[in-house]
Amino acid sequence: MLNIFEVNETNKMIDQENLDVRTITLGISLLDCIDGNLETLKTNIYEKITRIAENLVATGDEIGKEFGVPIVNKRISITPIAIIGASACKTTQDFVEIARVLDKAAKQTGVNFIGGYSALVSKGSTKADELLMKSIPEALSVTERVCSSVNLGSTRTGINMDAVRLMGEIILETAQLTKDEDSIGCAKLVVFCNAPDDNPFMAGAFHGVTEADAVINVGVSGPGVVKKALEKVRGESFEVLCETIKKTSFKVTRVGQLVAREASRRLNIPFGIVDLSLAPTPAIGDSVADILQEIGLERVGAPGTTAALALLNDQVKKGGVMASSYVGGLSGAFIPVSEDQGMIDAVQAGALTIEKLEAMTCVCSVGLDMIAIPGDTKASTISGIIADESAIGMINQKTTAVRLIPVIGKGVGEVAHFGGLLGYAPIMQVNPFSCDAFVNRAGRIPAPIHSFKN
Amino acid sequence: MEKTIITVIGRDTVGIIAKVCTYLADNNVNVLDISQTIVEGYFNMMMIADISGSAKSILELSEEISHVGEEIGVQIRMQSEKIFNSMHRI
Repeated sequence: MLNIFEVNETNKMIDQENLDVRTITLGISLLDCIDGNLETLKTNIYEKITRIAENLVATGDEIGKEFGVPIVNKRISITPIAIIGASACKTTQDFVEIARVLDKAAKQTGVNFIGGYSALVSKGSTKADELLMKSIPEALSVTERVCSSVNLGSTRTGINMDAVRLMGEIILETAQLTKDEDSIGCAKLVVFCNAPDDNPFMAGAFHGVTEADAVINVGVSGPGVVKKALEKVRGESFEVLCETIKKTSFKVTRVGQLVAREASRRLNIPFGIVDLSLAPTPAIGDSVADILQEIGLERVGAPGTTAALALLNDQVKKGGVMASSYVGGLSGAFIPVSEDQGMIDAVQAGALTIEKLEAMTCVCSVGLDMIAIPGDTKASTISGIIADESAIGMINQKTTAVRLIPVIGKGVGEVAHFGGLLGYAPIMQVNPFSCDAFVNRAGRIPAPIHSFKN
Repeated sequence: MEKTIITVIGRDTVGIIAKVCTYLADNNVNVLDISQTIVEGYFNMMMIADISGSAKSILELSEEISHVGEEIGVQIRMQSEKIFNSMHRI
């Protein structure tokens, strides 16, 4: 029988340490919506999303109340639109029309984001892929809840440098079109290397073509819980430190597994995966940076940061894997700058640079995330940063991503404000030297030698 | 059986258990176990209760019982037992 201490421990995590389920993401395949006629396609997409996701938000809220744990976001991911729109969309405007339909469907179902305005171009782009990529700036500026992603490299295929070059320009253009709101459009756009098919977290969620018709994926969180647990073992050995992270991660993930199973049962949609990520928010006490500092760093960015993050990421996975029957998505520690107060403080104190963040992405779950850079950064420089990050993913057989926000009209030392979960970000210095001649080469970087495993 | 956990936290005062139990009895909720401590002057109680006999759903009961708590100045909540079992039992 449960005892009062166990019950209090759980409720304390929820009340004081920001334990929550970050997202229930309903993945919906749109493959059966495909039609050569744009109007029919739009109708099919709207009808299918609103039908399958009709009860998603209500069910999520109900589960949250029953268990007494907040389920912060209810979201939808869909099959990459570049595939779905390939036969009907002849212009970038046609794709933008689909984006508007997605936004309408998101509002109708009450979800706060819908992800999958995406193209998968890791080896090459189709005509439709190119049109979709070129339509992203407008699509993100005329919609509110649509998220976009582009996978432009993988360990198996190498890196599509033509897409890398194009996306540098697309990111800048997206920033331009949303410059009145500190270029917030870029917060809804991420480029990947080795993108997972079942990621429930935005902006990079999409429903891969290898997935079932509909599936429930859940993302857990809880940096605050790990931080509090580590406060109790200050000064102890690495063994004690690691055991504490593992145990805490296990408990947090169990909640995610329970919520995923319940949502799956009540919506009658198969359970996909639990993504056991530590996802920070700007709220005080909900920070991954604070954990790293609790492990023993004066500030994130100090020597030892990469090792501390590697340890944290690994122990989170080890603890979480046994707690869930299926683990997937990104699974690890997120290190966004704007969404984590400890990261923001570290940047403002001069402890954390883009170069150090890049090193950290070698050992954490994602990549350069929610980093504001000067609005006058060249497109080729952004492409160079994307290429670097993709190379880390390609060579290390892991997912890497870039979500940079060139804040138009602002420079280093100023602050960009995004609001809500997206937070605010000090604008960071970018290396001023050029990589034009590198980025302007045509073609792709070949797959690495260790991809030939057959 | 549909087990729920009821927790009551707040400043100790006369009649907390009586109020909670009256509400539960009125709604045909069967109390299976009670444990209680005082932590740093704060009243701290946990009940395990079966709500399968009640005409109301867990959502209605938890909403109403939190209002009972507000009336007597303590925080009361009812949660499904599943979340605690998931976290603390393998």
